[in-house]
Amino acid sequence: MARKKMVAMLLAGGEGKRLGVLTKDLAKPAVHFGGKYRIIDFTLSNCAHSGIDTVGVLTQYQPLILNQYLGIGSPWGLDRRDGGMSVLPPYVKSKGGTWYKGTANAIYQNMGFIDSYDPEYVLIISGDHIYTMDYDQMLKDHKEKGADVTIAVIEVDWKEASRFGLMSVDEENRVTDFQEKPKKPQSNLASMGVYIFSWPVLQQYLIQDEANPRSSNDFGKDIIPAMLGDGIKLNAYPFRGYWKDVGTIESLWEGNMDLLEDQPALNLQDKDWRIYSVNPNRPAQYVSEDAVVTSSLITEGCFVEGRVHRSVLFNSVQVAKDAIIQESVIMPGVKIGEGVKIYRAIIGEGAIISDGVTIGKPDGETITVVASDEYVDSHSQSLQEVE
Amino acid sequence: MNNQLMGVINLIHEPDELESLTANRCLATVPFGARYRLVDFTMSSMVNSGISKVAVFAHTKYRSLMDHLGSGSHWDLHHRQSGLFVLPPVADDMSDLRKGDLFHFFQHRDYFLRSQAEYVVVARSHMICNIDYNLVLADHLAKGADITVVCKRQSDHLCGKARKVELDSNRRVVGMQDHYGRMQSDLVSMEMYVMKKELLLDLVETSLAQGQDHLVRHAIMSRLDTLHINGYLYEGYLGIINTITSYYRNSLELLKPQVWRELFFEPGPIYTKVKDEPPAAYLEGAKTSNSLIANGCVIEGTVINSILFRGVKVRKGAIVRNSIIMQNGEIGEGSQLDHVILDKEVHIEAGREIRGVTDAPYLASKRKVI
Repeated sequence: MARKKMVAMLLAGGEGKRLGVLTKDLAKPAVHFGGKYRIIDFTLSNCAHSGIDTVGVLTQYQPLILNQYLGIGSPWGLDRRDGGMSVLPPYVKSKGGTWYKGTANAIYQNMGFIDSYDPEYVLIISGDHIYTMDYDQMLKDHKEKGADVTIAVIEVDWKEASRFGLMSVDEENRVTDFQEKPKKPQSNLASMGVYIFSWPVLQQYLIQDEANPRSSNDFGKDIIPAMLGDGIKLNAYPFRGYWKDVGTIESLWEGNMDLLEDQPALNLQDKDWRIYSVNPNRPAQYVSEDAVVTSSLITEGCFVEGRVHRSVLFNSVQVAKDAIIQESVIMPGVKIGEGVKIYRAIIGEGAIISDGVTIGKPDGETITVVASDEYVDSHSQSLQEVE
Repeated sequence: MNNQLMGVINLIHEPDELESLTANRCLATVPFGARYRLVDFTMSSMVNSGISKVAVFAHTKYRSLMDHLGSGSHWDLHHRQSGLFVLPPVADDMSDLRKGDLFHFFQHRDYFLRSQAEYVVVARSHMICNIDYNLVLADHLAKGADITVVCKRQSDHLCGKARKVELDSNRRVVGMQDHYGRMQSDLVSMEMYVMKKELLLDLVETSLAQGQDHLVRHAIMSRLDTLHINGYLYEGYLGIINTITSYYRNSLELLKPQVWRELFFEPGPIYTKVKDEPPAAYLEGAKTSNSLIANGCVIEGTVINSILFRGVKVRKGAIVRNSIIMQNGEIGEGSQLDHVILDKEVHIEAGREIRGVTDAPYLASKRKVI
C-alpha cells in the first residue's frame, strides 16, 4: 500500500446521551445540523480541504444511518483508489475482540489499519464538533516545533472554562499542565479534541495504556496526562475561529442559531471551504405569496406558506398557512399544519405537527424537543409535557 | 431494472433558438427550474423507469453537456450494470454534421447492436415532463404497435412549438404534421418514440439507402399507413421549451404549487448534478413572495414571482419581480428588475432599473455586468 504522510482517525462512535431523543436511533455525528448537514460533515470537509485522503471512521453506537450516510465517502472526495474512507466498527478477533472501551482503545484496536499506510503522523479528530480548520497548517506547526504531539486549543470564556479539558502553556505554546474539567480553571485554553501525534510515539503510548488495567483508555483522561508526566513534547496549536461542541440540546440549538446572524462566525457561504454533504436532491424551495421568511436558513424541497423567523429548516419541510415558526430548528421532512405555533424548539425528522398546535414559548428558557416521526396533535402526550 | 428498454436522448438538430441562452450551449443544457438543465427531465424519467443504459447523441455546443452529465453518477448511471454513453458525431468532414439523426444513429450502430435490450425509447430534451416509460411500453405491447409516440392534449402551448398529431378511436396515429402545418388538433407529439431496436435499425438503413436521414420527418411520418403507430396519452405536466417566450412562460408555471408538486415529484424525483451550496439565507428585512429559491441564495431585498437559481445574491433594497436569475447572479443594492432573464453570473450594479415585458422578457447574456 502506498505510504501516507498523515492518516486521520475520526471518532464517531459517541452515543450522545445528552441529546436525548435526537440520538435514540442515531449516532451523535449523524445528527442533523445547519439546514443541510450532519455534524460529521464539518470534520470530513475539513479533511477534504486539508489534503487528507485517508480517513478511518470509528463507529460503534447506532451506526446504521451513519454507515448509510458515509457510503464510500464520495461526497467528501474520499472514494479513492489508495486510502480513502474506511468505516471501522469493532470486530471479532481470534482472541475474542471487544467493543471500543474508550477513545484510545478504539485507536489501539485499529493499529493494524494505521500501520498498513505506514504514516508519519496520525490526526485524531471527533465527529462531534462544528468548526472549519485547516489540519495541514496544524501539521506544519507540529513539524516546525518538532513536537511529538500537537493539540488544537481555543480560548473559551473563563466562566465556561470548567466544562472543558484545559491546557496551561508556556510562551512557546508548550503544554505545561492539563486539567480535565477542573472546578477552578488555571487556564482558558480548551482542548478541541483535535490531536496530531507522531505515529511511533502514539503507538508506544497506546500499547502502554492498554496494558494498564486501571486506565479508562481515553485520550483526555489517560494518554495526554501520561505523556505530560513523561516529559513528551506537547505543543498547543491555538485556533482562532468558530468552534462549538454541539453535544447537548441547548448547544445544538445555539449552534444552529449562530448561523442566522447576518455575518455568522461560521461562514457556510465560503466558496473556498464548502461544507460537503450528501445532497438530498430536491427541487428548489417554494415560498408562497402569504409566506414571510426572515433571518432564516431554508433548504431545497421546502414548501413555505407560513411565517418563519430566526429558524433553520432542513430539506422537504412543509409549513402550512398561518403557521408561525420562531427560533427553531426543523429537521428534514417535517410537516407543520395550519396555524401551528413553534417557538424555541427542535422538531425531529419526519415529525407531523397537526393544525393549531402550539409548541414551546416565545420567551421560554428551555428548548422543546419533538422526537423523529412523532405525530403531535392537541391531545398528544409530548405537548402536555411542553405546557 | 428494465433490461427490456434502452434509452436514447436525441439531441441531433434539436433547435437552439433560445437567443443568447443557447449561444454557447445546446438546448439540452439550458438551465431551468432554479437548479436543473432541460435534459435532466428526460434523463430522470428514463432512470426512474428503470432504464439502465442511456445514450445521449450530442450534436453541437456540447461542452456544457459533457460537464453536466459527467460519468452519469448523479443519475446512478455509473455502475457496472448501467451506463451513460455520450456519443458525439462521427463525421468525416463538417458537412456530415448537417446530416440528420438517422445518419448519426448509423455511425453509432455498434452501440445499438451491443445492447441486450429489445426495445428502445428515443426522446428529446426540450419536452419537460416527468413520465414513466414502463407505462408507454406496456401500452405499446398491449396495442401490438410497431411504434408508440407519446402525445399530450394541450390547448395552450405557452408559445412552444410542437408537432401535431391526429389519432383514430383506437389511438392509432392517422395524421402528423410539423408545428407550422395547418392540421387542427389539440394533440401534440412529445417526440418520444418507443419501438423495437430492430425496427429502429431497419428504419435507419432503409431510409439512408433512400437518401432520407430524419427519423420523424422521413422514416416515421411517411409510414403512417404501413406501420401501426400508436399514440400514448400522457396526462402529467408538459412544458414545450424551444422559444424564449415558452422558456419564460413555462418557468413561471413552476410557481403554481400543483405544477411544482407534480413535475418535480411524480412519478419520480428529478435528478441533477449536485452542488454543495449551503441552505438559502434569508436575512433581516428579506421579502419573498410566490417564488422558487435554490440553495446558496442570499436574500436581503425583495423577490416576487421569480425564480432564483443556486447562489444568487439579492442585495438590500433590490426588487426582483417576474424574473429568472440564473446561477451566481448578483443584484446590487436598490436595483429593480421586472420581466428579466439573467443568464449565469450576471452582475447588476447598484441602482439599476431593467424592465422587459411578458412576451419579450429582457435577456442578459452570461457574465454580463450591467
